[in-house]
Amino acid sequence: MKKTYLSFLAAAFALVMTACGGQKSTNGGDGVELTGAGATFPLPFYTMTFDNYSATSPDKVSYGGIGSGGGVRNLKDGIVDFAGSDAYLTDEEMAELKPVVHVPTCMGAVVLAYNLPDVQQLNLSGEVIAEIFSGKITRWDDEKLKKLNEGVTLPSQDIIPVFRSDGSGTTFVFTDYLTKVSEDWKSTLGAGKTVDFPVGQAAKGNPGVAGIVRQTPGAIGYIGSEYAFAQKIPYANVMNKKGELIVPSTQSISAAAGDIPQDTRCSITDPDMSGAYPISCFTWLIVYKDQNYSDRTKAQAQATVNLLKYMLSPEVQKSTEIVNYAPLPQKAIDLSLENLKQVTYNGEAL
Amino acid sequence: MLSALVIPVIGVGIIASLISDSTGAFEKFGFWNFLFSDDWVTKSGSESYGALPFITGTLLTTFLALIICIPFSLPVALFVGEYFRGRKIATILSTVTDLLAGIPSIIYGLWGFYALRPIFMHLNLSPQGSGILTAAFVLAIMIVPYAASLSAEFFKMVPSDLKEGAYAMGATQAEVIRRVVFPTAGSGVFSAYILAIGRALGETMAVTMLIGNTNQMPDTLRTTGNTMASIIANQFGEADGLKLSSLIAIGLLLFLITAFINLIGKILIRKAQHV
Repeated sequence: MKKTYLSFLAAAFALVMTACGGQKSTNGGDGVELTGAGATFPLPFYTMTFDNYSATSPDKVSYGGIGSGGGVRNLKDGIVDFAGSDAYLTDEEMAELKPVVHVPTCMGAVVLAYNLPDVQQLNLSGEVIAEIFSGKITRWDDEKLKKLNEGVTLPSQDIIPVFRSDGSGTTFVFTDYLTKVSEDWKSTLGAGKTVDFPVGQAAKGNPGVAGIVRQTPGAIGYIGSEYAFAQKIPYANVMNKKGELIVPSTQSISAAAGDIPQDTRCSITDPDMSGAYPISCFTWLIVYKDQNYSDRTKAQAQATVNLLKYMLSPEVQKSTEIVNYAPLPQKAIDLSLENLKQVTYNGEAL
Repeated sequence: MLSALVIPVIGVGIIASLISDSTGAFEKFGFWNFLFSDDWVTKSGSESYGALPFITGTLLTTFLALIICIPFSLPVALFVGEYFRGRKIATILSTVTDLLAGIPSIIYGLWGFYALRPIFMHLNLSPQGSGILTAAFVLAIMIVPYAASLSAEFFKMVPSDLKEGAYAMGATQAEVIRRVVFPTAGSGVFSAYILAIGRALGETMAVTMLIGNTNQMPDTLRTTGNTMASIIANQFGEADGLKLSSLIAIGLLLFLITAFINLIGKILIRKAQHV
């Protein structure tokens, strides 16, 4: 009962968000309509890419930004062709689904935006960030901050941490990083899409957090890099595992992808690599390995695979930077193209 | 005939689905324990949810808003319903006040966020700008029109022969208002404020933008908090399992509180009209 009721809700929501018909409708001629839903973080990139794709191919693609969790739920209910997610599915989550393939589409990062009118450039380290967001460092002129920012006059002011009030892949990436750099964080707060931050205040979405940071002297908040780059909000340099202070940029984000496993499911925060921004992430599109579900046609299955291959093409990867994301490293593209070969329709290869 | 039944059926359906979807949380934590626990731990493995911080936040902002709203709404009601009854200026004032009721709550939220927050921070009323006090202040402005228009109606309903009798005995206008108008319209005015409370309880958007959305128990009015409506709005999207059930349970509690307050308001209005 509960499941059906929820999936009806989710279905209605996805339909409204994408303002478009169901997957079964074909759109005249040979083209099919594909529907996806999920993460909001890559939404500007997907909107741009899917618009371009719909313009040049007979297939039409629509995507509803309803959150990573919602997208995976829709995939589970079989009402979308693909789901978008900022967090890869854990082994337990995978066990609840029929076999799926993860395809990374682009890279992003989480940056620390701050509001200190007299500070031009702020340097932070993972340990210091963890202590700020767990309430152990409460003043901007704390010794640990002074040590990282020699030659900068830090104000004698309270720190106001700002975090996300809604569940978010951004929070997951940020806290995943903090669990890796701070034992204390790992044992008390942990990583997740919602984390029980003990200090500060919360706001909804990147715009909400950025709005509070902009309006509140002494505030520091974490926001998606694509939003921070587009809005030109001041953000901090973060020290990586090699001890280098790294400016978040599309180059330093791409540099963070190191060893990638065959199924591409991996966290790339706190990588041990030179020039890498330590709070970087992939975002994935997730599809079923066997494309025959919910009365889908072979044409739809083929169109889904074509779309995913298009997402990995050099031309699309190059366009990520237009909307402030970072392109995938070649290794991730090669692995994904290989993984896509396993996608079948009724056991037939596509 | 049939279409008249649709709305009650939908209403019952909403209650039924709220109850059936919230059983998970109530079964796990127990009804009273859920109501009075201030835990809100989302960490997987040690998940534990309680509604107390949100019930507290909702009731604190609502009643604080009510207190702040009285000195704004009562004079307006008296002005429109008694002092300048029927004059052009009263019409203008009541139109402007009613206009406030038509402003979408997101606009109040924006105004609070960009105009009020910096002032509260500057005056050091609220160290972080956002918080219970800031939210309650905006909420107060939002409920003024509800309280003021309805109270004005009840002031107008006071029979003129009562007031004329008092004037004939040599009472001043202030005395008439204090001794005749207030006691006669009293229960009606009270019910107007009850209905304003009903409005404030469920307000979501403006409060979410201003309260700070922290899930701990607020220790003072200056600190941040959260309300029942805003925790649901914020966390519904990515919630599932026990957390979703807990959010729906909070929704059910909010529904019950609002229904109870509105019921009291309705009963009082009926009483006031029969006087």
